[in-house]
Amino acid sequence: MALSHLSSTRSNRLLRPLAAAASSLCRPISTSTEPLVIETSIPFTPHKCEPPSRSVETNPQELLTFFRDMATMRRMEIAADSLYKAKLIRGFCHLYDGQEAVCVGMEASINKKDCIITAYRDHCTFLGRGGTLLEIFSELMGRQGGCSKGKGGSMHFYKKESGFYGGHGIVGAQVPLGCGLAFAQKYNKDENVTFALYGDGAANQGQLFEALNISALWDLPIILVCENNHYGMGTAEWRAAKSPSYYKRGDYVPGLKVDGMDVLAVKQACKFAKEHVLKNGPIILEMDTYRYHGHSMSDPGSTYRTRDEISGVRQERDPIERVRKLVLGHDLATEKELKDIEKEIRKEVDEAIAKAKESPMPEPSELFTNVYVKGFGTESFGADRKELRATLP
Amino acid sequence: MWGIVGQRVFRHGSSAMSLQGTRPAILASRSFSSAAKEMTVRDALNSAIDEEMSADPKVFLMGEEVGEYQGAYKITKGLLEKYGPDRVLDTPITEAGFTGIGVGAAYHGLKPIIEFMTFNFSMQAIDHIINSAAKSNYMSAGQISVPIVFRGPNGAAAGVGAQHSQCYASWFASCPGLKVLAPYSSEDARGLMKAAIRDPDPVVFLENELLYGESFPVSAEVLDSSFSLPIGKAKIEREGKDVTITAFSKMVGYALKAAEILSKEGISAEVINLRSIRPLDRATINNSVRKTNRLVTVEEGFPQHGIGAEICASVVEDSFEYLDAAIERIAGADVPMPYAANLERLAVPQVEDIVRAAKRTCYRSSSLAATA
Repeated sequence: MALSHLSSTRSNRLLRPLAAAASSLCRPISTSTEPLVIETSIPFTPHKCEPPSRSVETNPQELLTFFRDMATMRRMEIAADSLYKAKLIRGFCHLYDGQEAVCVGMEASINKKDCIITAYRDHCTFLGRGGTLLEIFSELMGRQGGCSKGKGGSMHFYKKESGFYGGHGIVGAQVPLGCGLAFAQKYNKDENVTFALYGDGAANQGQLFEALNISALWDLPIILVCENNHYGMGTAEWRAAKSPSYYKRGDYVPGLKVDGMDVLAVKQACKFAKEHVLKNGPIILEMDTYRYHGHSMSDPGSTYRTRDEISGVRQERDPIERVRKLVLGHDLATEKELKDIEKEIRKEVDEAIAKAKESPMPEPSELFTNVYVKGFGTESFGADRKELRATLP
Repeated sequence: MWGIVGQRVFRHGSSAMSLQGTRPAILASRSFSSAAKEMTVRDALNSAIDEEMSADPKVFLMGEEVGEYQGAYKITKGLLEKYGPDRVLDTPITEAGFTGIGVGAAYHGLKPIIEFMTFNFSMQAIDHIINSAAKSNYMSAGQISVPIVFRGPNGAAAGVGAQHSQCYASWFASCPGLKVLAPYSSEDARGLMKAAIRDPDPVVFLENELLYGESFPVSAEVLDSSFSLPIGKAKIEREGKDVTITAFSKMVGYALKAAEILSKEGISAEVINLRSIRPLDRATINNSVRKTNRLVTVEEGFPQHGIGAEICASVVEDSFEYLDAAIERIAGADVPMPYAANLERLAVPQVEDIVRAAKRTCYRSSSLAATA
């Protein structure tokens, strides 16, 4: 834990006399923005670059926001699990619980003009980019109120106005697409960057190396983020990659290995990466993370991993528990206050689900909308074209 | 038969016209107040891309050898010098990578023109064309539109063998969300390219290497920088009343030659230049067949599940009672493209194949005559 490495300006907090501690129990939950410096769990491991410092600047308000955001994501994914088992969510459902620190830490270091693109494990990434619980649950259940109006499903969430470009079902395709977003940012002379997220399974895709080569040649402001949860579906990293040091796989492209369960380390790495790519072209971040669920809802996740491994990570490295300990250890809130936040979140999630269930299924005419932006009056057909046809506007 | 005498006379008079190569018969018979300007398909494409890049700074060009080499087929000649390396980008030989980058740039709002040196290489990138480009507007319920053009030579060239000769029209045209265009003349090339670049949806633009050097007359209207042709509309290249012949790209020229030959035998063929494979102009095709009652479809690509198959189905569904004969399909041979010149000739439709099929629809084929 980070407490033993506190900088001297804050170390006296732990040694405060009981009386002062007692009075702090009565004060409201801290919303202070006074800087707090906390050390990451482990140092960063660099590849062809100078790593950023382990000391991360944060503040009580930010830490509490981290707690709330990650707890919301956790609760949301667990609720999605239940909805799937109740057959309200169909098809594919890939859950992110355990990996929350990656998208939350990333958001803390960037703005909405920076772009994020990811694969199909996108519910929490979408939430982090400003999506709402209602839009998420509605989309998962295929309703009109969904972020893709029920036409996309779990793997196809988008929020273009806040720089979230999906939501992609084909493993690895999102990496060249992300490099294309970065190309556009450079073409437009924005001072913004793109984060293209992919898993350890996708890290072996040829198109990734093709796009990385072009990005390095053209100095594109692209950050490749390998969310290494150590399993590509049921295949462990050592069975899929000759070199599972994904942060080094860029060869001539610098890289950094990050503890992806430590939200502050993620924040620091992303901040470092953004500054780096705006000056020097691409970089690879490898987030050492873990998913508690299986690959998807049809995978129990325990045929290729031991239950001990899963519970071990939950006990030792859970990202929410880490922040809880930091918050309690620095007296930024009490245990009860944090539990109250979690109760509030549970209620919010339940309400969003109830409201989402009220959203209707799409109108049948929606079958034929959005095929084109401009259809020029061409016709499209249903299964029996003499029965069902439509003119595309 | 009375027709033979008349045809002999007719043949003499029209021999000059039939030797005029690919110029459409209708245009050749018009008189212009001033000499019509001629333009090669290559120059038509180059000028169209140039004008659209000039008009819209979001348009950029990406592909192998498009810049310093001036284009593998010189279609993009001069564009690097004019627009600079930020807008004309030479890529490594990595189709999956650069096509994905192009689609991503289109997601963000730029208007890429991605060149495939030939569409045979598009197979390396087809996932991005179909799954990343064609389907995105639908999956995102309109949030992510993809204003991109994928262009390059398609179909058979001359002697380039099996891996470099396939026609991809039917593969791409089967996919909802894509638009697929195939120009024939320089007017088509200019008008359809401009329409494709301006279009907010992903467009697959199928050119033909052997047409690049062909010249066609172009009017002042076609040369104007605001010119464009509508997507989804076929053109009746030659009016007729006895049989409809549909074709696209190079085969339009062959169909027109076939129509000339047929006219001397008293068969008046209507030649339709599809221009747009998707959306397919079913109305023009069906209206024509309702007039002529006979149909021959012509394409260069493999026959099974091809463009002709779709046209045949459309006409059977919508104009069955109007057909006086079975629909005929002329297509490339159902084999990988051979190299030897004589085998290659057998693998690609020839004018005489189109003539023979048209005659069959008119119950005029020689084998039938022999049994009569």
